[in-house]
Amino acid sequence: MWGRIRTLIGKEFLAIWKDKKSRTVVIVPPILQLLVFGYAATFDVTHIATAVYDQDGGPAARDLVARFEGAPVFDPIVKLDRESEIAEVVDAKQVGLVVHVGSTFSHDLLGHPPAKVQFIVDGRQSNTALIILGYANAVLDSFNRDWAEAHGMSPAPASLVVRSWFNPNLLSRWFIVPGIVALLTLVVSIVVTALSVAREREIGTFEQLLVAPFRPIEILIGKSAPALLIGLGEASGIIALAVFWFGVPLRGSLPLLYLGLAIFLLSTIGVGLMISSLSRTQQQAIFGAFMFLVPAVILSGFATPIANMPEWVQVATVVNPARYFLEVVRGTFLQGMPAPLVLDLIWPMIPIALGTLGAAGWLFRHRLQ
Amino acid sequence: MTPHPDRELATPDARDGIARSPARRRWLRLHGLIRKESLQIVRDPSSILIAFVLPLILLLLFGYGISLDAKRVPLAIVIEAPSQAASSIAGSFMESEYFAPRILRDRRAAKAALTEGAVDGIIVLRADFARRLGSPDGAPIQLIVNGTDSNTANIVIGYVEGTWGKWLEIDSLERGAPMASAVVAEQRVWFNAELRSRNYLVPGLIAIIMTLIGALLTALVVAREWERGTMEALIVTPVREGEILLGKLVPYFVLGMGGMALSAAMAVWVFGVPFRGSFLVLLAASALFMLTALGMGLLISTVTRNQFVAGQVAIIVTFLPAFILSGFLFDISSMPPVVQALTHVIAARYFVSILQTLFLAGNVWSIVLWNAAALAVMAALFLGLARHKTRKLLD
Repeated sequence: MWGRIRTLIGKEFLAIWKDKKSRTVVIVPPILQLLVFGYAATFDVTHIATAVYDQDGGPAARDLVARFEGAPVFDPIVKLDRESEIAEVVDAKQVGLVVHVGSTFSHDLLGHPPAKVQFIVDGRQSNTALIILGYANAVLDSFNRDWAEAHGMSPAPASLVVRSWFNPNLLSRWFIVPGIVALLTLVVSIVVTALSVAREREIGTFEQLLVAPFRPIEILIGKSAPALLIGLGEASGIIALAVFWFGVPLRGSLPLLYLGLAIFLLSTIGVGLMISSLSRTQQQAIFGAFMFLVPAVILSGFATPIANMPEWVQVATVVNPARYFLEVVRGTFLQGMPAPLVLDLIWPMIPIALGTLGAAGWLFRHRLQ
Repeated sequence: MTPHPDRELATPDARDGIARSPARRRWLRLHGLIRKESLQIVRDPSSILIAFVLPLILLLLFGYGISLDAKRVPLAIVIEAPSQAASSIAGSFMESEYFAPRILRDRRAAKAALTEGAVDGIIVLRADFARRLGSPDGAPIQLIVNGTDSNTANIVIGYVEGTWGKWLEIDSLERGAPMASAVVAEQRVWFNAELRSRNYLVPGLIAIIMTLIGALLTALVVAREWERGTMEALIVTPVREGEILLGKLVPYFVLGMGGMALSAAMAVWVFGVPFRGSFLVLLAASALFMLTALGMGLLISTVTRNQFVAGQVAIIVTFLPAFILSGFLFDISSMPPVVQALTHVIAARYFVSILQTLFLAGNVWSIVLWNAAALAVMAALFLGLARHKTRKLLD
């Protein structure tokens, strides 16, 4: 039996390897994509183009404006001369923030505080807008503190001290890069498996395989093993890049990460083979691959937290293997998650893997009319 | 001898092809090709599924699934020694709609909850809190967040600061020592006053979904013809390569635009995203984008000439790049310059920008025209390359 399986595995490897285009497609893009996405996918906001419209021009207003100019995150800063220019620069997305100091600012500040300053942000990207408002308010807070001190106003009775665990500088790259490890592994395993049976069905070689003295379980192993090995190899490369290139700390247990990786790969390979054996044509297989891949990514918690989703969508994510593996990767990288917690996340992938692989094996024979 | 056009019109049913004008012959050939492709589409309903069912399902799933608005953040409040001030602070968090707090007595349980992900943040009021309240240094309140998800952590910090600021204000009023800020900010969020992330994510999602659909529809069709040898059969007929591509393009274009219309309608009527631009501009921009997306699929298909590889390429070059590099979720201006330059080859980037502006801001010509021009260039490039490649393969 092992001899037959070895032959099958050899054949599958050859099928992927002999086609130069296919070989390149499977190996090069994931590595390139990690590099590009690792830099691209960030929620951090830097270099906020800022417009200042100072109608007051008094010393206090100039001091406030100077604080914006002094903060490196607000860059470049342009001065506006007319109120109508505000709409122009915001509409055309030339700036992310407009600081508008009204003409009565100094008068209000000295006469009857509080004076008002207006912050205008672009809600077309509301997440960015929120972050920009946070930065702008921090500048204003520092102005208020110094003003209160200089003018003998009473200080706050208590102060808030913020600390962030696992990611002290709140770098979104530390959050995103481990996520990309999970994402690319998912895509590679689906790309390798989703078309494999469908192609053979279309060419007719799958029928030959079925009439040969192979049992479905052997065909299943033959089809899964190369994908598993490619997935493991590729994931190792990506993990190495995350650690050594992007400098994301790997604090947890590497063996546990690989255990999670292997089971995750088995479950996605199962899905890929299931799609492939359900499809009559390669076109249908591609369609099926997208129908799985896209929701699996969006509903994995990669970019937007699962906790923000409505209840019924959260329930649907229970069958998504990417959701568990994503938590395993992030937990292992950043948190150094204790083993029992990691195992809690790994085991739900086992029934998914068994179910999808079993269904794929069954479909090998029963799909055939 | 070239026939007189009038005579041509007078005998429309003439079967003799030589007697027809070149323009009419070309039209007849094209008509035949479009009919052939349309028949193929109708016979294998997977294209219709892709064009209509895919956007329906994806938009519903994502429209509800993707949200950056954290609500009812689970929070642990550790009160080491009960005091009136401590319960007053805890009370202001309990009342806030942004938090789902639970009160704990010791820090260890709270830390375990944070590691497990059961809470997103911990507020620690130490045993000496009441004593140090009002002392010159002020009493420290510690907020610990789980930085793993840095974006959520930032949002939680913002919420806590807001609630904390309100408590300070009320507390100073109660003590009869109003703590007036010198300057207060008046925050204006244009185009999306309630800061609903769905308002900008849904238009962006349409661009992502249409990228997938455009590529999916055409990525395999030409490759399949090459694989089956029907391409050679087509080539020996008098049709030209441009006509073959056009014949493939037209039916899928119609399908794709149908899917686009469905998506836009859902954005407005299902998700309640405002639409402030003009319908005609949306139509024109969508047509340009559809041509780009279909052109990319045709190019993949022509270059690979093999359904297997075409499918793999389509999955890898469309979905994740459009998802991450289009600016739909991650702000392009915050990316490093090299990556920003790279995003210019992602067609979805231009369409995301147009859609977000048309839906939320209106017809801002400086944005719409520039991005539409970029789309036109990309469409011409993809289609031109596909045509060039087809011709080269024939030689």
